[in-house]
Amino acid sequence: MTAASMSVQALVGRFATDTPFELPVIDYRLLMPILIILGAGVVSVVIEAFAPRRARRPLQLILVLGSLVAAFIAVVGLAGTQTTTAAGSIAVDGPALVMQGAILVIALLGGLLMAERMVDPSGDAFAPRASALPGSDDERQFAARGYLQTEVWPLFLFAVGGMLLFPASNDLLIMFVALEVMSLPLYLLAGLARRRRLLSQEAAMKYFLLGAFSSAFFLYGAALIYGYAGSVDLPVIAAQLSGKPSESAIVLIGLGMLLVGLLFKIGAVPFHQWTPDVYQGAPTAVTGFMAATVKIAAFGALFRVLYVAFGGMRWDWAPMMWIVAILTMLIGSIIAITQTDIKRMLAYSSIAQAGFILVGLIAASPAGLAGAMFYLIAYGFTTIGAFAVITMVRDGNGEATHLSKWAGLGKKSPLVATLFSVFMLSLAGIPLTSGFIGKFSVFTAAIEAGAGWLVIVAVVASLIAAFFYVRVIVLMFFSEPNDQTATVAIPSVFTTIALAAAATITIVLGIVPQPLIELLANADVFVR
Amino acid sequence: MNTFPWLTALGVLPLVGSIIVALLPKSRPSLAKQLALLIALATLGLTIAMALQFDGGSAEPFQFTESYSWIPAFGISYSVGVDGIGLVLVALAATLVPVVILAGWNDVEGDSSKGSGSVKGYFALILVLETLMIGVFSATDLFLFYVFFEAMLIPVYFMIGRFGGPQRAYAAVKFLLYSLVGGLLMLAALIGLYVVSANLTGTGTFDYLSLVGLDIDPMTQRLLFAGFFIAFAIKAPLWPFHTWLPDAAAQSKPGTAVLLIGVLDKVGTFGMIRYCLPIFPAASVWYAPVIIAMALIGIFYGAFVALSQQDMKRLFAYSSMSHFGFIALGIFVFTTIGESGSVVYMVAHGLSTAALFLTAGFLMQRRGGSSMLGDYSGVNKAAPVLAGFFLFAALSSLALPGLVSFVGEFMVLLGAFQRYMFVGALATLGIVITAAYVLRVYQKSMTGPLASGLEGMADLKGREIAALVPIALLTLVLGVFPAPILNVINPAVNQLMTTIGATDPPTTLTTSTSAEGTLQ
Repeated sequence: MTAASMSVQALVGRFATDTPFELPVIDYRLLMPILIILGAGVVSVVIEAFAPRRARRPLQLILVLGSLVAAFIAVVGLAGTQTTTAAGSIAVDGPALVMQGAILVIALLGGLLMAERMVDPSGDAFAPRASALPGSDDERQFAARGYLQTEVWPLFLFAVGGMLLFPASNDLLIMFVALEVMSLPLYLLAGLARRRRLLSQEAAMKYFLLGAFSSAFFLYGAALIYGYAGSVDLPVIAAQLSGKPSESAIVLIGLGMLLVGLLFKIGAVPFHQWTPDVYQGAPTAVTGFMAATVKIAAFGALFRVLYVAFGGMRWDWAPMMWIVAILTMLIGSIIAITQTDIKRMLAYSSIAQAGFILVGLIAASPAGLAGAMFYLIAYGFTTIGAFAVITMVRDGNGEATHLSKWAGLGKKSPLVATLFSVFMLSLAGIPLTSGFIGKFSVFTAAIEAGAGWLVIVAVVASLIAAFFYVRVIVLMFFSEPNDQTATVAIPSVFTTIALAAAATITIVLGIVPQPLIELLANADVFVR
Repeated sequence: MNTFPWLTALGVLPLVGSIIVALLPKSRPSLAKQLALLIALATLGLTIAMALQFDGGSAEPFQFTESYSWIPAFGISYSVGVDGIGLVLVALAATLVPVVILAGWNDVEGDSSKGSGSVKGYFALILVLETLMIGVFSATDLFLFYVFFEAMLIPVYFMIGRFGGPQRAYAAVKFLLYSLVGGLLMLAALIGLYVVSANLTGTGTFDYLSLVGLDIDPMTQRLLFAGFFIAFAIKAPLWPFHTWLPDAAAQSKPGTAVLLIGVLDKVGTFGMIRYCLPIFPAASVWYAPVIIAMALIGIFYGAFVALSQQDMKRLFAYSSMSHFGFIALGIFVFTTIGESGSVVYMVAHGLSTAALFLTAGFLMQRRGGSSMLGDYSGVNKAAPVLAGFFLFAALSSLALPGLVSFVGEFMVLLGAFQRYMFVGALATLGIVITAAYVLRVYQKSMTGPLASGLEGMADLKGREIAALVPIALLTLVLGVFPAPILNVINPAVNQLMTTIGATDPPTTLTTSTSAEGTLQ
């Protein structure tokens, strides 16, 4: 105890006095996953600039898929590490590595979806030239010439790099940098849709403006916390808080502002307004990728901030998070019922799911963290699978996202409809799917932590949510197909692999979850 | 032979069968049916072989047990085993499946809109359902039970929703949503129980026998009991959780309705005996007056509504609701004879439901699928064999002495009298209404002048008779000589009474009855 406070004083002293600047020791091996992806991002920009048009796509694909696999291997190689590097500003510990691994695998599936060029007869899902104004002559010309761009790949890689850093940041400033590295490419990706470009650009604009706004909140919160603790280092903040039991308003306001920034990214009520528009407007492959991975990365950061830095203030933030979690679960589930567009429905569903994961956060225990990580992984694969199906369900105007066009799909394409049903059942939390084990882990942890009432609300919300998930299944299987019914485009090997992998993981994690549970149980402690 | 995994084998056989049936080419619908029947008969054979090995005098709570670790992190294991109650219900399921397959031989082909692909689909679903039914009655791990309990929804949902009547989608969704609501409440209670077990013993578990011994405080018991009980009351269904049943029954194929009401709904009452009573004894006693009231309301409500129904399938559904009232009554009076009676009643009701729905199904098939009572009269002139079986089914439903339903009903009423004279007396009045509506159906449809449109109506064919005869024989044999199932059930019931600490009230009524003799 005294040793810890001594070292804290030493640290604080370093900021206060004019000691000479020390170069931080950086262990590059520990940062390898992040470096591989960001390095690949830089190479990707170079390819975009210098490689001949024909060579770009194969080069980019090899680079993207290769770097994701390499980074995943690097993450696996670091398994069991529990330390910090770069002067304590980046944590390499169980939760960080688990979330990085999950993000990389899901990003791999997301990348496969973005690489798809078979389902849309006019090429791929992305605008031939993002800079051409929608409806302009330029745009028509580019479309007529059949231009296909590969500019999504550098953006994609930088976004993944930011996501890898986000849950590993052990310092509020690094966390902010990670937040921006992750978000800026995503804003752009959201605006790149080939079809319904105005909707897509509107989505990008909204996402950018609101995202920038929430980032500012985060930064201001970090500044206030620094004002209190004299450091942006999460463990130092924790030590400072435990040293001075009397709370200061500045800490509460600062924490509240940090939470605004983080809750915005996970799409929790009342910071959820962007979700439906962005999910609907963004190209579906991007939506799937983003919905799954951003949630993992942002929850990783949220957990780290609340557990490591503000663990001692649990009784201050828990009531606030109770309210947020309850509102998120109920509002997400209830509004989803009224949706007629499948992408908007899944957007509200993702809001509700964020609420369920918050239940694990409120448990404030290693079990809660492990449960939430299981939930995030389960949710990630299920979500990307569901969006993969949406990319394939089309009519003459591109993707048929209106629910009425899904009527009778089960009769026209039983296999695809069945896969989609599996994803819906998993999101609804039905046994033998990964979603069930996720809900079970999270709810158990919450009850153990004495949040029984919250779990009762969560169960009620699950019931409401089950209604709209099941409704899609009903629509697909129990309506007769009509001339409005969409058709399922035959995808290339890319989407097929992504879809098969997502479905397999959803079912396998539902039936034999033990290996992953054990893995998570060994990785449920943050380095401090 | 004790090491042979009987119950797993019983569960796997229909599952493998269903996969093979589903993989058969669409062009061979008859092969699919024959194979499904063969598998169902093999399962029945295996069940009989297992039942013969059952030791009625064993001191072990469960027999044919198997246990393998599944998700050790949550104390979940694949554990199966049966006591006497589980065994008779497994046997009931194994008996009714081949009967339903045989009776529903041509039920699906009539739907030209579906194409021949769905023929094998229907029979594959029945076999999957058989696996799940065997699983749900033999699970001794609560999580495993829950998985089977919920998984059963899927095949039934598709059996109603794909192969039912015009309103099938509505009925299937209503069924699914009701069941999901119950299932999720049970899930919440299940997690609560896990946490309680973790608090009391240090490690959370779902193992049934470990949970039974727990000393849970009364308030917690009441909450958890409610979660389980509502799920079971929806499944059974008891008043006021019953509104899905008439829709589901009316829109299903007769075979689906038999499995749904005859076996699946028994999971509800089975769950009350197996889980609610032993794990939450104090709460069971605390809730008993409410539940008995619900049961009584159900008995009368179901019977009165049945009295005014014009649609035969809905009528039988309401009548089942009335019967489920009797079963729940027998369970919650906490007397040995009442509990045993309830289990016998479950078997009896399974058999009489099968007889009623299948005979009515054969009848409706002969008139374009109409289930309206007004469309039929004088059938006994055109099809005497059909009318005969219908009468038998009707008498079995109203519990004619000499049939197994009488044994169950009589024991339940006796148990009720033992505990609360007034309740017993009231419930007995229910029998009168039952007789009224059952006989009204028979009189309206079978007697009188032959209805126009029924001239030249064919009598039952060999296959149809073959499906009905085993049920009729079982109803009759067990009615006259119920000892085989009582001997199996009674040790389990005695064990149950010890577990929940209930004793039979001293009474002079039982000493003079014949049923007491069979109870030893």
